[in-house]
Amino acid sequence: MKPGEVHAIMGPNGAGKSSLASVLSGRPNYEVTGGSVTLDGKDLLEMSPEDRAREGVFLAFQYPIEIPGVSNINFLKTAMNEMRAYKGQEPMSAKEFLALSKEKQKLVEFDAKLVNRSLNEGFSGGEKKRNEIFQLAMLEPKLAILDETDSGLDIDALRIVSRGVNKLRSDKNAFIIITHYQRLLDYIVPDFVHVLSDGKIVKTGGKELALELEEKGYDWIKEEAVN
Amino acid sequence: MINQLETSLYESMLSQFEIAALQQNEEVRRTAFEEFKTLGFPTIKNEEWKFTNVQPFLKDNFELNRYELSQADMARVSVMVREHIDAIQNSIKGEQKGAYRLIMVNGIFCNTLSILPDGNLIRIKALSEAKTEIPYAKHFGKIASVKGNAFTALNTALYNDGLYLEVTKNAALDMPIHIINVVLAEHHTFIQPRSLFVVNSNASVEIIETSVAANGEHIAWVNGVTEIAVAENAHLHHYDIQTGHKNLRLVQRTEATQEQHSNYSNYTFTLPGTDFVRNNLALHLNAKDLESHLYGLYLTAGKQLVDNHTEVHHKFPNGESNQLYKGVLLDQSKAVFNGKIFVYQDAQKTNAFQQSNNILFSEKATVNAKPQLEIFADDVKCSHGTTIGQMNKEALFYLQSRGISEQTAKNLMVNAFAFDVTQKIKIAPVRVYLEKLIASELEKRG
Repeated sequence: MKPGEVHAIMGPNGAGKSSLASVLSGRPNYEVTGGSVTLDGKDLLEMSPEDRAREGVFLAFQYPIEIPGVSNINFLKTAMNEMRAYKGQEPMSAKEFLALSKEKQKLVEFDAKLVNRSLNEGFSGGEKKRNEIFQLAMLEPKLAILDETDSGLDIDALRIVSRGVNKLRSDKNAFIIITHYQRLLDYIVPDFVHVLSDGKIVKTGGKELALELEEKGYDWIKEEAVN
Repeated sequence: MINQLETSLYESMLSQFEIAALQQNEEVRRTAFEEFKTLGFPTIKNEEWKFTNVQPFLKDNFELNRYELSQADMARVSVMVREHIDAIQNSIKGEQKGAYRLIMVNGIFCNTLSILPDGNLIRIKALSEAKTEIPYAKHFGKIASVKGNAFTALNTALYNDGLYLEVTKNAALDMPIHIINVVLAEHHTFIQPRSLFVVNSNASVEIIETSVAANGEHIAWVNGVTEIAVAENAHLHHYDIQTGHKNLRLVQRTEATQEQHSNYSNYTFTLPGTDFVRNNLALHLNAKDLESHLYGLYLTAGKQLVDNHTEVHHKFPNGESNQLYKGVLLDQSKAVFNGKIFVYQDAQKTNAFQQSNNILFSEKATVNAKPQLEIFADDVKCSHGTTIGQMNKEALFYLQSRGISEQTAKNLMVNAFAFDVTQKIKIAPVRVYLEKLIASELEKRG
């Protein structure tokens, strides 16, 4: 993947889409038996989850976790300062951090009231996903992986989330969008669409491939792959 | 008569008492000793000690501590106290509020190293010099019951000296009193500190206890008893921060009586280090319209055993008690929580709440939690709840995936878990100190 690109990964249930996201972000209990993953020449698979994040990998969770007692803002400040320390930068002052947080909240349309609450505690499904995008905006990763960010979103929330992502797209970052449905790709238009089946990419095309999948389902690709 | 006769410590206590009895022939000591003789040291057959086997901790060859402090001891204590205070100051930078300082060494009041408030506000002296005080006669040996309590009986029979602290009527202190309990052990030592705190009517005071123990090869067993009398409309916020090392064993009984409109709040925090800790906290709500708060936090590690037993006796109407104990267990440590609430027949309109929550950070850690309610009144609000959970690994991964190190992530989660208790701490530097202690203990243990 190159900077500035958006890759969509689609595929039937059980194809390994979320496993791919887990492996890239370093979720425990996944063992990589073959292949390699490098980010700007660095071997990601050798790194702890936190070091991958510090190198610029971001996973927007399919099911963001609620952590009562940890405030959203304190959590983000800790994350940002640990990342800065990793890069040999001074920690952000409270003032700088607050200004940045305000700016990004506005950019991704994230409610200021939610920022001061406990991390995801009592958030609706849509609010949780928007919080993921807000974190993405704050942490400015090189590679963002959106794992079924559209699941559980109503159409308005889907629009807001997509709008946020589109604003964050630049020639310095790249996105992997994992989704079941073509719907999300109406809003976040990908450069490439890959079809994952049984843990392998069986077909790659442009954005029109998503439309074809929407119409015909996945079975024809599976058959094509077998033949 | 008893089945503990095989422990040599029991025998040694008997002969020690014979000697002591010749010197101090006091009724209260004799009664207590008879009780101890009957009870012996508890075994796990005793319901109160079911999950806590104290026998292995008693096997060492202890000597009863009865010596006077030498010049060399004092010099050593002075250094230990200085280092302890420096460490505290260091961790609460920017939070300084100041405190009076009261030094106890092996249960002996040490005036020369103490910095005490105005004597008109508070009277502080060695227990042995307080026998003519009126509150002494009224309360000493009358609050902490020896009945059925072997360790309390033993302390009452054989305590060496202790602390008498009486807050004058209507007095309000401008700063908390910081009691530093210093433990010295030149050989395996059995130390029995004894305290009597009297807070007279309308007075209010904050007491913070910390401890510092010389880390040597000798084992120190501390069997402490603190009696507390809180008069009408008096307020006592009592903090106990328990740190130590693996050669330290601690049994502490804190028993308080409260009068109308009074508030006694106890905050007991136990950190890794001390091999064995048993806290017995008992409150007697001896009037109507009063409140009690019991907050506990224990972070246990290694092979530590930390046991908290609480009792709240609601005897009159309109009493309120609030109890929240939280535990975080690491390694192969073990914790016990046993909370009893008694609501007597006359105690209508009582509000009594109890909550105990634990998280296990290790598969080898154990918690035994046992809430007990005995209610004899019919118009009361009482509740209790206990939870034991595991660290949420998905939450840990979530934090790590945002660039937060595993260590910091664990700290965040422990602090979040402990927050319900730590937010109750009224003295900001105490809260900061405790949070720093927790963070550094977690860091040490990875």
